[in-house]
Amino acid sequence: MPQVIPPVPDRTDEFFWNGVARHRLLVQQCASCGLLRLPPVPMCGSCHATEWNEHEVSGTGTIYTWILSHHPSEPDASPRIVVLVQLAEGPRIVSNLVDVEPAEVRNEMAVTVCFREIDGVMLPLFQPAEDRR
Amino acid sequence: MSTGAIIAGIGQTEFSKASGRSELQLAAEAGLAAIEDAGMTPADIDGMVTFTLDSNDELLLMRCLGIPELRYWSRTPHGGAGAHTTVQHASLAVRGGAAKAVLVYRAFNERSGRRFGQPNQRVTPRGWNAYLPFGLDTPAKTYSLEFQRYMHRYGVTNEDFGRYAIVARRNAATNPRAWFYGQPITIDDHQSSRWVVEPVLRKLDCCQESDGGVAMVVTAAERAPDLPNPAAHIAAIADGHLVNGSVMFNYYHDDLAVFPEAEFLGRQLYAAAGIGPTDIDAAMLYENFSPIVFMQLEALGFCGPGEARDFIVDGHIDLEGSLPVNTHGGLLGEAYIHGLNNILEGVRQIRGMAANQLPNVDHVLVAGGRSGMILER
Repeated sequence: MPQVIPPVPDRTDEFFWNGVARHRLLVQQCASCGLLRLPPVPMCGSCHATEWNEHEVSGTGTIYTWILSHHPSEPDASPRIVVLVQLAEGPRIVSNLVDVEPAEVRNEMAVTVCFREIDGVMLPLFQPAEDRR
Repeated sequence: MSTGAIIAGIGQTEFSKASGRSELQLAAEAGLAAIEDAGMTPADIDGMVTFTLDSNDELLLMRCLGIPELRYWSRTPHGGAGAHTTVQHASLAVRGGAAKAVLVYRAFNERSGRRFGQPNQRVTPRGWNAYLPFGLDTPAKTYSLEFQRYMHRYGVTNEDFGRYAIVARRNAATNPRAWFYGQPITIDDHQSSRWVVEPVLRKLDCCQESDGGVAMVVTAAERAPDLPNPAAHIAAIADGHLVNGSVMFNYYHDDLAVFPEAEFLGRQLYAAAGIGPTDIDAAMLYENFSPIVFMQLEALGFCGPGEARDFIVDGHIDLEGSLPVNTHGGLLGEAYIHGLNNILEGVRQIRGMAANQLPNVDHVLVAGGRSGMILER
């Protein structure tokens, strides 16, 4: 089991982690112009509105880029696959890919979100869209 | 063209893995060496610039060096990609009248003290909740998520990256200041070094972790004739940051196989200096990891998109090539002093005093992707 550095949510992103606790993937959506923002920031860089809504995304997307993450100097029994997922709705999100062998990972692979508690921390992770488990 | 500012003096400590002394002492030794190299005394220095990340307090450094009066100071954010911003602040200060001579310094025990290459699990900095919980806890990993897209787009392999590492280590092998002096590597050495981040980086693609200090004195170009050493004129200097970037990466621009910040930087530098890529005689390119050299060569206009692999294989970046790169061995071969040691090599090439001196050097580009400068004779 990897050692997870827990998030320290603040005013800007606590909605995201509250959503993860409820198994929902939430993205900021500007209340004025509708722009989706991820990671969250307190003002819309397009229209400057500070009002925003929690927008639940489908959790489907494709792998834009990926790496196999080892600890840099200590033995690491279970290195994690880190992915940058291109969500169907547009924003990109960094996560881990699970339920797949590293040799099977490909750019543009279709993935879907899942929620797992790792090392005591609930995380939004992704798995291959086809059920290969 | 010129900004009207020059680098008048350079100084450094030895580069090591365990300096055996405090970071403040390293800053003081490097600073004094730079002041003496400029033919000045500490009383001539009235400004200081360093990184926000530097541990050395300006007032304590004043006491060490015996600088009686300080009129200007500034610190510049982020890491090595922004290393050149220190010199930008210093040059603006001397041109704007805030100071007559500014000491730029960076000194740390980055191997024997806190290592940049190791995860620091005690703190989650603001803005990192989106990354650290998923294991992006070292620069090698955060950068590699971008590099993998470059590899995918252009069919570049880790072995291709090794071709740069060989050049860096070959240049270091003949630079007595380099930690890896006398220790060139082969492609077999590279390919048998352990993975740090699969499928992107092996150990020999990674910069060193180093102890040491470097410093420079920046002053007005009018003082150049009075200096004991040839001045390195700052023809152009700029930062290049774009919306949605973060401290070490920008995962949110359209195409991660290109480096738009470096393209923006290059456009500014060439326009301000009134020259183009073919006028550059040598380039010192910040390489925390070897793939960033490929992406900078393309972004700065030295070759086309996806052509860096062939550009390197064809020998263009060798000492005898059309654009020698990191003639001191770079951060892989010489040392990692947060990129500031690359500026010192640029000055040495302009002066004609480098260990691997090139003939007829008129313009050197020193860049870190998000900040950089063109030095001229």
